Amino acid sequence: MSELTLGLERAGLQDLYRSLCLTRAAEERLELLQKQGHVTGGLYRSLGQEAGAVGAAYALRRRTDGTGDMLCHTIRAAGALFLFGGELIDYFRQYMAKGTSPTRGREANVHWFDFQKGFVGPVSPLGTMIEIMAGMTLSFRVRGEDRIGIVFYGDGASSTGAWHEGLNFAAVQRCPMILIVENNQWAFSTPTSKNTRVSSFTEKGPGYGIDAEAVDGTDVLAVFDAVRRAALQVRSGGGTHMIELNYFRRKGHAQHDPQDYVDPAVIRAWEKKDPLDLYRSKLLHNEWASEDELVAIEEETFEECRVAAEAAIAEPYPEGTEAVTGVYTDVPTPHPWTRSSSPDPTLA
Amino acid sequence: MDPETPEHLLKTKRGEPVTMLEAISEALFEEMIRDESVFLMGEDIGVYGGAFKVTRDFLSFFGENRVIDTPIAEGGFTGAAAGAAHMGLRPVVEIQFMDFISPAYDVITNYIATSNYRGAGPQPLVIRGPVGGGNRGGPFHSQNVEMAFFHTPGLKIVYPSTARDAKGLLKASIRDDNPVIFEEHKGLYRAPSLREVLPDEDYVVPIGEARIVREGTDITIVTYGAMVHKSVEAAQTMENEDGVSVEIVDLRTLLPLDEDAIVESVKKTNKLLVVHEDTRTGGIAGEIAIRVSEKAFEWLDGPILRVTAIDAPVPYSGPLEDYFLPQTEDVLKAARYLAAY
Repeated sequence: MSELTLGLERAGLQDLYRSLCLTRAAEERLELLQKQGHVTGGLYRSLGQEAGAVGAAYALRRRTDGTGDMLCHTIRAAGALFLFGGELIDYFRQYMAKGTSPTRGREANVHWFDFQKGFVGPVSPLGTMIEIMAGMTLSFRVRGEDRIGIVFYGDGASSTGAWHEGLNFAAVQRCPMILIVENNQWAFSTPTSKNTRVSSFTEKGPGYGIDAEAVDGTDVLAVFDAVRRAALQVRSGGGTHMIELNYFRRKGHAQHDPQDYVDPAVIRAWEKKDPLDLYRSKLLHNEWASEDELVAIEEETFEECRVAAEAAIAEPYPEGTEAVTGVYTDVPTPHPWTRSSSPDPTLA
Repeated sequence: MDPETPEHLLKTKRGEPVTMLEAISEALFEEMIRDESVFLMGEDIGVYGGAFKVTRDFLSFFGENRVIDTPIAEGGFTGAAAGAAHMGLRPVVEIQFMDFISPAYDVITNYIATSNYRGAGPQPLVIRGPVGGGNRGGPFHSQNVEMAFFHTPGLKIVYPSTARDAKGLLKASIRDDNPVIFEEHKGLYRAPSLREVLPDEDYVVPIGEARIVREGTDITIVTYGAMVHKSVEAAQTMENEDGVSVEIVDLRTLLPLDEDAIVESVKKTNKLLVVHEDTRTGGIAGEIAIRVSEKAFEWLDGPILRVTAIDAPVPYSGPLEDYFLPQTEDVLKAARYLAAY
């Protein structure tokens, strides 16, 4: 394998393609499920952004015993979640609000957690997650653990106070963390130019005393390389680091958004920079994979999504009365006594 | 070689009385010795020892990995505390004046309070700091913040009125797996009348349990924080001058509310006055009144009344602040009205 492969063997190079295909197949399956009425909440595509999440997560230390790196993904970084061990069926259960989902139906989509596998789901105000990851990685530093954290967020979240406060805290405390700004050029209907005066988010890094680098977010190997280098630096005590992924949100903010505020010609131009197409061509051109191998990956990931979604469809929703459990670890939450169906014995 | 315990943290060990502030310092110190996952974050808590010196000498004893001076960014470091709590640490965050907790409102209500429910696991952290008026602190160094958080399921809110309770409740809060907002009335911090000798052994005061400060048969006053002491003064006067017996319930924990203690006392006295230093509208008196209405309506022999601060920002000038805050005379007036009802 040549220098181009960044030390990845044939299997690793194909792994990346597999993760890209899985992300897209999972989201396409969700679109179908939504049309069938199985997805009750919002559906947010990452079309055109898949390589950012996959390339970044592949460069990190992924373990299942709570000793690996920590990931905070976003709704447009499902590929990272899958690479960190998030189960496909749980992804569908979450979207379908099933009682069997990791959050037992309390939370939606990618908002779930597994600290053993090393991922923390975001909350909707994404800037908060910079603060959370700052604290997680602070704990790594003060305990002398050889772990780092990576937190994804959008160009819009970069405008929040939480983003600033979390990043400033992390930089001052030299928290071993990588910030990944997913600059897809749109925060819902607001273009990046209305979120910031800087032309690149990397300009913000030096203001906090940290290194920042921009990378083509449609190129999975370029992202892998940038995050791998950053991780080396961060893991060896280099403090906090920022990476900007540049790409384009080719769908609306969510499925309900017709995206009519975007020039269709721009969307068409970005279709030519599809991360799966680009990487597929590269795999074939460099003979890192054969056509048959790629088709097999595409078919397998499609089938995995179909099987997982079908299984999740068959599973039950939570009982309504489950809503009262787990507000505290120890204090019980009373049932609303005005409801005649309440099982609260004090109503008798 | 380990550093020696600072002299001023050994008063209880020596059998000497401590102020409420010293009791809080002892609680923090002893918990940090007991459990090395406990650590502190806040503004000026290290080198300076905190605006009120609650953490004086902690930095030199525990080092800067456990006593972290933060940027002036309550949201940022409270959020970081939440992240650290996920990773097995037990952060105690100091808000220099609780008036400044508002930048952290987002992370506390949207993230920390919902964490366990969302399946992200418990958030064993304490957010503590000085509250309350009477010190000519003006609008931004005098507020009570409990009701900004009372409406958020998932949080616990503790507000002690004595040195003994402050120490025992802070220890219980640090050991609790749920997030606790811990309010310390700055007017009580160094009040000489609150100095007391505390038990030498390790003790906790359980969260969620009110305390009967004073037993009585004619009227119940439910209160907390600095108002406990004004209520006691009023009750003493009532007993001496009116021959009226007042029972005082110190809530100590506001969330979860000790409904049983309130209801039990009302069933005994049949009359309820709620006294709080916080402002009137949306104050805890409203919640207490509805709970008594639900659970003890038939036992009431009079209207449920409240004595509170007025609905205004906390003013600076002495005459204004004194008028703003509920005073002993206000408690007395309301209690006499209720007694005669």
